[in-house]
Amino acid sequence: MTRHRGRGMASINYPIGMNLGGDPSQALVHSNPSGKFTVALSSIDLGQGMKSVTRQICAETLGVPVEDVYVDTADSDTGPHCMGSFASRGTHRVGNAVMAAAREARGVMMEAAAEELEVNASDLETDGRGNIHVKGAPHRSISTKDVAIAAQFKQGKTISGRGIFLVPLSNVDPETGEMSPATCYAHACLVAEVDVDDETGEVAMVRMDSAYELGRALNPRLVEQQLVGGAWMGISHALYETPEPYYPDPVHGPRDFVEYLMPGPGDICPHDIAVLERPAPDGPFGAKGPGEMCANPVLPAVANAIFNAAGVRIDDLPITPEKVLRAIKAQGGARPQPRR
Amino acid sequence: MSKIPLQFRHNGRDVAIFVDGGTNLLVALRELIGDMTPKFGCGQGGCGTCSVLIDGELHLSCLTLAETVAGRSIETLDGMKQGPNLHPLQRAFADNFAAQCGYCTPGMLMAAKALLDRNPSPSREEVVEAISGNICRCTGYEPIVNAILAAAGGRASA
Repeated sequence: MTRHRGRGMASINYPIGMNLGGDPSQALVHSNPSGKFTVALSSIDLGQGMKSVTRQICAETLGVPVEDVYVDTADSDTGPHCMGSFASRGTHRVGNAVMAAAREARGVMMEAAAEELEVNASDLETDGRGNIHVKGAPHRSISTKDVAIAAQFKQGKTISGRGIFLVPLSNVDPETGEMSPATCYAHACLVAEVDVDDETGEVAMVRMDSAYELGRALNPRLVEQQLVGGAWMGISHALYETPEPYYPDPVHGPRDFVEYLMPGPGDICPHDIAVLERPAPDGPFGAKGPGEMCANPVLPAVANAIFNAAGVRIDDLPITPEKVLRAIKAQGGARPQPRR
Repeated sequence: MSKIPLQFRHNGRDVAIFVDGGTNLLVALRELIGDMTPKFGCGQGGCGTCSVLIDGELHLSCLTLAETVAGRSIETLDGMKQGPNLHPLQRAFADNFAAQCGYCTPGMLMAAKALLDRNPSPSREEVVEAISGNICRCTGYEPIVNAILAAAGGRASA
């Protein structure tokens, strides 16, 4: 019985969003008489941080404090259309739509402020703290709250904006089959180290080191949170989770959490992450998206690490102890590969 | 079937309810007391999100018969914050981004409280052991472990 240490690497190129139907998302932004702004979306925040990041994008574009923006999500009855929260598209697609809507709302807000201050709107700027003033003359100022009140009750205007992000349709070339499925790509590289036990077939994660290039990180802590959690999902896909362990035979499928396995807190490993920021030209403030791609490199890196450790190439997920043992037996024992 | 009268302490307050025989504590807390902080996850002790403290000890409320807690003291997440202030564990969970979707969080916090109440400065291994009966689908556990260590005044993360 021996435990064999192995190291594997994988790189990925991940498309942000998709091409189907132009992959549209819409956003509506309007001010309330209190001078606060509401962003209406149908997009869903299921803990990944959509509300936080669209709030930041809206506040930055409007030029108001982030506390003055409220994001109302996930109601497809009352919100504008969104394709959904998947394909790592939230920050990029929804963020772009919010940015467009906030830009239009900002235009109305500046016109309303210009009318109150009796100046040209192009001479005005926001200070990001809730005030609008004449460029170079901060004392000629009005608060966004007073502008909202004036627009609502005096000028008869709605400070509001509409935004949509739509990908230009990419047709398939009939000769080559070539098309452009996405407008920007995120990248990652991950090195995984594992121990393979040649008596039990068990694979234990030892450590991971990764670099993710995902455009500009609009909220670095949320990005880190996604990468840490996503890598755990990658481990789970690689080594544990399946509803059909003998696919396509449906027998012996798991019925509960005792049989549907996932790595617990004792099965994780140290993970050192480097985030590289290369702003995307068509992303909101250069953002791409850290969504699904944070799980993807883990699977091939773990499979490669198992090959490096025991010389068995397993191309069927998840890589269960049974598959590892059968493969080791078939080749007459573990054959550790040169360590690089 | 006749109802059974049942009295116990719920987050420091005496409560009295009538339960059907065989009712589990999770249902009693959620449907009869109105405390929605213990969550229903799997209903068979596999996920840990229904965790509560009974006389300071960690239990799965979905596997506990309500009638067995007569006269005992139940703590749930609903009683964790101290007046208007978050409990140090809740604050540490927020600071360390230890919740994403939030469904496992009540159980994680109760498991962490059970640990820190009996062992104020646990090692990382002891923290991992303490939450090993709780499943989290989002965070990868590391932020949760870091939050508990931070609340214990141990190794601060971040």
